[in-house]
Amino acid sequence: MNKIVAGLLFGLLLGAFDGATAWFYPEVRPMLTGIMIGSSIKGMIVGVLSGWFARKVQSTAWGIVVGSALGLLFAFLVAVMDAAKGKPHYLAIMVPGFVVGAIVGFLTQRIGTRDLASERTR
Amino acid sequence: MELSDSVLDHLRRVAALPDLSGTRYELETEIGRGGMGIVYSARDRVLDRRVALKVLDLTPAGEAQLIAALEHPAIVPVYEAGTLPDGREFYAMKLISGARLDAYLAEQPTLAERLRLIWRVGEALAYAHSHGVIHRDLKPQNVMVGKFGEVYVMDWGVKAIAGTPAFRAPEGPVDQRSDIYGLGALLRFVLPDPNPPALAAITAKAMRADPAGRYPDVPAFLADMERFEQGMAVQAWPEPLWHRLRRFAARNAVLLWLLAAYTFAKFLIFFLRKF
Repeated sequence: MNKIVAGLLFGLLLGAFDGATAWFYPEVRPMLTGIMIGSSIKGMIVGVLSGWFARKVQSTAWGIVVGSALGLLFAFLVAVMDAAKGKPHYLAIMVPGFVVGAIVGFLTQRIGTRDLASERTR
Repeated sequence: MELSDSVLDHLRRVAALPDLSGTRYELETEIGRGGMGIVYSARDRVLDRRVALKVLDLTPAGEAQLIAALEHPAIVPVYEAGTLPDGREFYAMKLISGARLDAYLAEQPTLAERLRLIWRVGEALAYAHSHGVIHRDLKPQNVMVGKFGEVYVMDWGVKAIAGTPAFRAPEGPVDQRSDIYGLGALLRFVLPDPNPPALAAITAKAMRADPAGRYPDVPAFLADMERFEQGMAVQAWPEPLWHRLRRFAARNAVLLWLLAAYTFAKFLIFFLRKF
């Protein structure tokens, strides 16, 4: 499994899980499916970009930094779209998005092969 | 005329010096003594370099040929073998400038450096075993550490040597598993006190009295050492649950901190949302 695929999968799983935690907020529970889908897509984008970065740079510290920055950026975009609908949830969306991005960045550094050539020779 | 004891000793020493006439070597000093002979430093006049010259007391069973057949970075290469005018056989080999393993340990190397030494010795042993050669006498005095950290294993496979008691396997006829015993004893020797229980278990398994209970070969021994170095469970030790959890936490500390941060952030946001 190369790092981009690993990032995609981890982003999908963690994004879906992060979205699912919205169940604990009764006020948004009716929109849970949409939140989970949106959070999964956000997670996959962050995962793919983190995986691509991990192929270029082999550094756990930089993986966490880039992953968290990407997580924060995309969480901010989601929060802006959410705010346009009514009551804003910047903190509730951006803080977990930041940490999930860091986790995805870390995992893409640790798991997966760096390029397709090395995967073929395994 | 009577000669004093010191003069007699000097004469004995001089008489015992090898006669290198007719060879390309010029004697310098004695650098070591073993069961099979004496090792001198000498100068190769043809190539103008220093070499180690081993002069054998006993008729060897092809010791030089045995070592010359082994080409490995951790095995001292033999340059030449021959016979001295007095009939004793000798061979010239690379002169290693460094410290013997026991002297090297006095410099207090780290655990990782100690394990690297054993790893290098193990690699040389595995290579020799693959060529059907058994060391028979692994001990700290037979391992040299060079100035740049290079490791050399010396005094290979001489059948006349029975081994050094603390490092010798208890069984009679020796085979590759006897060397694994010696490697375990060497590992025990280099470990600082107290040592990690997983490494103590590797040592104990390698040094079992019953050869069948030891590692089947050197690569299996090295694989268990590698597991330890990577923070994984070693085969030699069925570790208790608390130790397994501690090892898992140590291996995944960053991930666990990130997950803790995520959980904390979620809880904080959940309880702060009403304020």
